Amino acid sequence: MLCAALPLLWLPLAGAAATEEPTPEPGSPGEPPPGLALFRWQWHEVEAPYLVALWILVASLAKIVFHLSRKVTSLVPESCLLILLGLVLGGIVLAVAKKAEYQLEPGTFFLFLLPPIVLDSGYFMPSRLFFDNLGAILTYAVVGTLWNAFTTGAALWGLQQAGLVAPRVQASLLDFLLFGSLISAVDPVAVLAVFEEVHVNDTLFIIVFGESLLNDAVTVVLYKVCNSFVEMGSANVQATDYLKGVASLFVVSLGGAAVGLVFAFLLALTTRFTKRVRIIEPLLVFLLAYAAYLTAEMASLSAILAVTMCGLGCKKYVEANISHKSRTAVKYTMKTLASCAETVIFMLLGISAVDSSKWAWDSGLVLGTLFFILFFRALGVVLQTWVLNQFRLVPLDKIDQVVMSYGGLRGAVAFALVILLDKTKVPAKDYFVATTIVVVFFTVIVQGLTIKPLVKWLKVKRSEHHKPTLNQELHEHTFDHILAAVEDVVGHHGYHYWRDRWEQFDKKYLSQLLMRRSAYRIRDQIWDVYYRLNIRDAISFVDQGGHILSSTGLTLPSMPSRNSMAETSVTNLLRESGSGACLDLQVIDTVRSGRDREDAVMHHLLCGGLYKPRRRYKASCSRHFISEDAQERQDKEVFQQNMKRRLESFKSTKHNICFTKSKPRPRKTSRKKDGLANTEATNGKPPRNLSVQDTAAVILTVESEEEEESDSSETEKEDDEGIIFVARATSEVLQEVKVSGSLEVCPSPRIIPPSPTCAEKELPWKSGQGDLAVYVSSETTKIVPVDMQTGWNQSISSLESLASPPCTQAPTVTRLPPCPLAAEEPQHPFNLPYDPRPSFAFPPSLAKAGRSRSESSADIPQQQELQPLMGYEDRTHLSPGTANSHWCIQFNKGSRL
Amino acid sequence: MCHPPPAVREDESVGWSWGGQELGPDECMNGLDLVSHSQITRLYSRFTSLDKGENGTLSREDFQRIPELAINPLGDRIINAFFPEGEDQVNFRGFMRTLAHFRPIEDNEKSKDVNGPEPLNSRSNKLHFAFRLYDLDKDDKISRDELLQVLRMMVGVNISDEQLGSIADRTIQEADQDGDSAISFTEFVKVLEKVDVEQKMSIRFLH
Repeated sequence: MLCAALPLLWLPLAGAAATEEPTPEPGSPGEPPPGLALFRWQWHEVEAPYLVALWILVASLAKIVFHLSRKVTSLVPESCLLILLGLVLGGIVLAVAKKAEYQLEPGTFFLFLLPPIVLDSGYFMPSRLFFDNLGAILTYAVVGTLWNAFTTGAALWGLQQAGLVAPRVQASLLDFLLFGSLISAVDPVAVLAVFEEVHVNDTLFIIVFGESLLNDAVTVVLYKVCNSFVEMGSANVQATDYLKGVASLFVVSLGGAAVGLVFAFLLALTTRFTKRVRIIEPLLVFLLAYAAYLTAEMASLSAILAVTMCGLGCKKYVEANISHKSRTAVKYTMKTLASCAETVIFMLLGISAVDSSKWAWDSGLVLGTLFFILFFRALGVVLQTWVLNQFRLVPLDKIDQVVMSYGGLRGAVAFALVILLDKTKVPAKDYFVATTIVVVFFTVIVQGLTIKPLVKWLKVKRSEHHKPTLNQELHEHTFDHILAAVEDVVGHHGYHYWRDRWEQFDKKYLSQLLMRRSAYRIRDQIWDVYYRLNIRDAISFVDQGGHILSSTGLTLPSMPSRNSMAETSVTNLLRESGSGACLDLQVIDTVRSGRDREDAVMHHLLCGGLYKPRRRYKASCSRHFISEDAQERQDKEVFQQNMKRRLESFKSTKHNICFTKSKPRPRKTSRKKDGLANTEATNGKPPRNLSVQDTAAVILTVESEEEEESDSSETEKEDDEGIIFVARATSEVLQEVKVSGSLEVCPSPRIIPPSPTCAEKELPWKSGQGDLAVYVSSETTKIVPVDMQTGWNQSISSLESLASPPCTQAPTVTRLPPCPLAAEEPQHPFNLPYDPRPSFAFPPSLAKAGRSRSESSADIPQQQELQPLMGYEDRTHLSPGTANSHWCIQFNKGSRL
Repeated sequence: MCHPPPAVREDESVGWSWGGQELGPDECMNGLDLVSHSQITRLYSRFTSLDKGENGTLSREDFQRIPELAINPLGDRIINAFFPEGEDQVNFRGFMRTLAHFRPIEDNEKSKDVNGPEPLNSRSNKLHFAFRLYDLDKDDKISRDELLQVLRMMVGVNISDEQLGSIADRTIQEADQDGDSAISFTEFVKVLEKVDVEQKMSIRFLH
């Protein structure tokens, strides 16, 4: 704000003379270089950016250090630590340079440090929650801030009149009101920093945080009005000026919001046309949002409001338009910038406090201010909440009010504003600065430290973080429709009515205008959730080690199910799966057991004859495009099919036995024993329940053990070292394995007959399996896609649960068809799919057999844009050091379709 | 905080006659007895304004005349929910009883009379209302077909049938606990246990 009027202090972080900066020694530019210098210092040319980089580096390193100890960060908010660090650094600078060098410059703060934080919070604001509570947020932001400013200012003036403030503080009522206006605003940076660690419930959080964002407009107006009144001198203020002041409140706030929305519109519209230049998508988001900020600043509107609205407004459309990778890039860059800015702000706040030259302490003023801001904040919250609760569906209770009053943290905005005061017009500026520093420090450190224990002690409802399930999303949609309908019936045009209207409007016009056609077509919230869940599943699936190779392994036995599809060429299928196999050498390398190796070898021989292995790291020759080559498209297909299969496997776990881990032994023996069991099994259990679900399940399980190889050697090898298939090795190796008694063996693909029979359902372990399957699917839905570590852990655990079968199932397992495939298939790799194996008792609805294939191909054109390179990306998450990864995939054809 | 409205029974307070179809006073009115007098008056005037036939009951056509309801994807189902099974008319009492599902739960209601009959606006009744919208054949299970129908209504035409099918499958998988490939009411409650149904199925107007 305001700083548009200021001379732009270009990088004032480093603006102060940097020669005394302790960290980088300027070096010795002393001796004049005779002739051609071999070595020359050019410190002054790089000084400014160098120092900026150094400051950020110091801040980041400090962050790392803080987080080394979990205990410290769990007790002390990061913002406190950073302020303290700033104090220490400032002290060092002061001691070395004998004068305070650095401080938080308002220009830097408003132009560079604040925008990323606000953009981040606006863009990732949970919009539904925000609008649900908009009434309360606006009340607190507008009424609350006005109330705080006037009461605090007036009370301080009263304090002065009562003689409790030293007479050397020369301030009139207007001065105090000005001070009150800048000290009253709750600061978004401080609130965010503290509340993000506290995890109060969503409603409470959004109210406090929303207030801190939206009160910016009020603060700006109040500050400006008071400031100009002070400059005019109170005698010259006319009645019309007051009116103008009130009017400017509307101009500044609505104008700021309007600027933000205009830019949001532009941004959404622009991203609609970036299909061919995906690479600049993230940049566009930042540029236009920043442009919104600067524009609002230029027109002296509320810049914070502008960026908040811009982020809030554009997100839906931008996310739909830009590619998956750009989305990730936007997210990470935004978070990085915001966290960086926040760190620097708090550190500089600490450093600024060291500057004793601007300190002018007055105990009366300081203590009075502290008391008043706490008191009036609490009083204001209670009064407003009382009024609001008359209208709220869910009233805010007393505990909420306590947290809200206590969470009114002041921060860098107040500090920057007080620094901006004109000393000649406001003689008490120094006192105000000192008081502001104390208030900021008090709220951030003392309140920040105590709010967590307070929240715990008061048993404030915490936020529960659960990923939305498809059911929740779907049913909540239903609820919304129901409520909208009931409001219609009742004839009451309430919140739901208007939201419904808005959604209609959005769907009809806005989305159509702002979204790419392909994105618009498949845009649906329920579908979105489904899609996200699938991605999450897929990632966890990949993490489990069940990556693309498994599809290769699977394609082989499942060929019969596919070849019924006329237009699918075998080579296509093989190439597709082959590309997968190549990606997987990594895992195969890590496989230790002889059986695994032999399996891998077989696969590789098979695949090697059919296609060229791809290079894993291929040089990209264009910096403007991330090309999606055919290979990647294939990967995507495979990836999608995998996901589908996996989902279906969840389904069929309820009806089929596919546990493999703990009972590898009986299976092995059975496989060796007879190929007849296959027929037996299917004949014994003809698919009776066709109406319910016809299942042809194929399972591949690989338990790979970590190999004592370093990662580097693995990655080097993975391109070159092929896996060799040995066609006839099975029985031999099996024997071997059996002798050695090694259990971590990869059973090759085996086929499970379609058997969701009633009898099976009634088996005692059957219900247990049903539960398991549910557990697995719900478990995987909790995985955060970005957080690979958790994803990894969870997938392991869910997998283990999948893979630990009840013992009773063993007999059934042995009856499962053994796998003569391993021996047979390599012999005729090319016409694999046409191998009419009688043992495959596929349900009569063979016409549907190609479903999974056609389905996925139907999906591809649509999904391609949404998730470019997804399959490729995920592969990088594979950790070669997977101990015991299992894959379990099934094909499952539902006759219901 | 709303003051607890005076406990009135609507036929005393509004005072019209039901023409022979009077229901027992205790029957299912426990959700209504907290609706305030003014509220009932307002709803009654709304009721009469909807009642084009002026016979004290609403027919399906009366509901369908509400323009916004026509564009609500679930509109028809919600209209149906107003009608008792097998009937084509709904009187004011029935109208109110359906609306009573959406009354917010007051703080003082949460604790009291655990033994008493469950009020219409209890969590479980709210959920059951939603559940019935899915469960067309009233077998207390949402089958895949029923789910698909609702999905078809709620998502745009741009989602293909196959995509819908997979959504439905996944939804059922998520909720299904007993392996019958359908969602029973118990399972329905279970999947929504983390959702603030009390809030999301309440309208403040009906205080």
